[in-house]
Amino acid sequence: MKIQAKNIDFYYGDFHALKGIDMEIAQNTVTAFIGPSGCGKSTFLRLFNRMNDLIADTHLTGECLIDGKNIYQKSVDVDTLRKEVGMVFQKPNPFPKTIFENVAYGLRVNDMGNRTFIEQRVEESLKAAALWDEVKDKLKKSAFELSGGQQQRLCIARALAVSPSILLMDEPASALDPISTSKIEELIYVLKEKYTIVIVTHNMQQAARVSDKTGFFMLGELVEFDDTKKIFLNPEKEQTQNYITGRFG
Amino acid sequence: MNRRIKQRIFFTLFRILGALILGILLWILGFIIYHGAGVISWEFLTAAPEEGMSAGGIFPAIVGTLCLVVGSMAFATPFGIMSAIYMNEYAGNGWIVKFIRVMTNNLSGIPSIVFGLFGMSLFVNTLHFGDSIIAGSLTLGLLILPLIIRTTEEALKAIPDSYRTGSYALGASKLQTIRRVVLPMAFPNIITGLILSIGRVSGETAPILFTVAAYFLPKLPSGIFDQVMALPYHLYVIATSGTDVEASRPIAYGTALVLIAIVLIMNLLATALRRYFGGKVKTN
Repeated sequence: MKIQAKNIDFYYGDFHALKGIDMEIAQNTVTAFIGPSGCGKSTFLRLFNRMNDLIADTHLTGECLIDGKNIYQKSVDVDTLRKEVGMVFQKPNPFPKTIFENVAYGLRVNDMGNRTFIEQRVEESLKAAALWDEVKDKLKKSAFELSGGQQQRLCIARALAVSPSILLMDEPASALDPISTSKIEELIYVLKEKYTIVIVTHNMQQAARVSDKTGFFMLGELVEFDDTKKIFLNPEKEQTQNYITGRFG
Repeated sequence: MNRRIKQRIFFTLFRILGALILGILLWILGFIIYHGAGVISWEFLTAAPEEGMSAGGIFPAIVGTLCLVVGSMAFATPFGIMSAIYMNEYAGNGWIVKFIRVMTNNLSGIPSIVFGLFGMSLFVNTLHFGDSIIAGSLTLGLLILPLIIRTTEEALKAIPDSYRTGSYALGASKLQTIRRVVLPMAFPNIITGLILSIGRVSGETAPILFTVAAYFLPKLPSGIFDQVMALPYHLYVIATSGTDVEASRPIAYGTALVLIAIVLIMNLLATALRRYFGGKVKTN
């Protein structure tokens, strides 16, 4: 198993945000987290690259293992972990740098390779993010000249450049138009070959389209976690059934 | 009353007030130029004062002021920016930071003459720097430190956290994130704070009174432990206690004009710098 979460409890101050969650995620699969706002799905996602560390007054119990190693052990270097576990955010957040420098950023801060390597890696990453053809003639232009959808694919390229094995996506398409959204979804389908992908989404059709497994969260609990087909066609729990048919949420 | 008419009345009022401020500024400038432009000559800018400061030039005072600007900025800029980085990026929001912030604000409320006395006591006497460029620069530096800290902090605060998290998510350390993402984005606004500080330093008289300014010293400094003349103090001296106040009146206006011109030139330079870097760092 690529990722294993064992009996995870997480608190924001006194607020009990995640309640006893167990989950196993296999390599080279796409796992979708769905559930109403505030259900804890993003919080759970952010455990895998320890983004929650940045928030003051939080507390975690339980174990979170990646490749069999507890990432919350004292000996773990968080910066190295985040290189291994890439992340794409809800709102595209390219740096105010050129397109090239955005993708090269992770390589530079992690001291990975010389100029030739970086140039090669930037090209590979942009190709992997299906953006190369659109930007190859304007790599020196500001990333802000790109459309929202292109910016998001740039952020994906940026994450891929440092060769992570896991890609976390926190509602990556919720700020995008339908065409850009379908491009991101096609990309997820391709990227699964090389990466383990975990995606948080509010869009249930999206979860059904792109994922192999789906987890349904509610009020900090993992209500149901199973094959996506099963969750959407024949869920075990009534709560899941109610949510995916739109009776609440 | 009809709200369109109301809007028109208020907008007219705002326009008049805006024009009034511009008018006052132009009036002051015009007044000084009218009285001072006559004495401006190559000699006035490059020669030392003569005949009890009622003739000759103000070159030593120009050099002195430039020395003080460079010296105080060289001291206050790194300290101020680093303090602000510590407070905004590292220290969190605990009581220590709140305390430092309150103290910084208090510091900026202290009258400049008090800074002058403090500088004399600490730098001139206790540390035995004597009346010198270094003592004056450090005193002026302390004076503008709160201003630089506050403007830098505001500049850092204005950078959305999404850029920081984006950088962390790629494995960048905190220091790398600050150096490569946060500071370049905040740079234009930090520069604005520095511009204000330069203006303040060039014009202050009280802090240099007991720490560096010479009443009359026609030769140029040879090191940082020398005394210098400075434009604001020179202006004060020839306007109030020169040997012949009436005769040196045109020189006083000329000095004021040069002082304003220096501040203006430095502002333009800093604005150009801000443009240059601002152009490189575009935000959404």
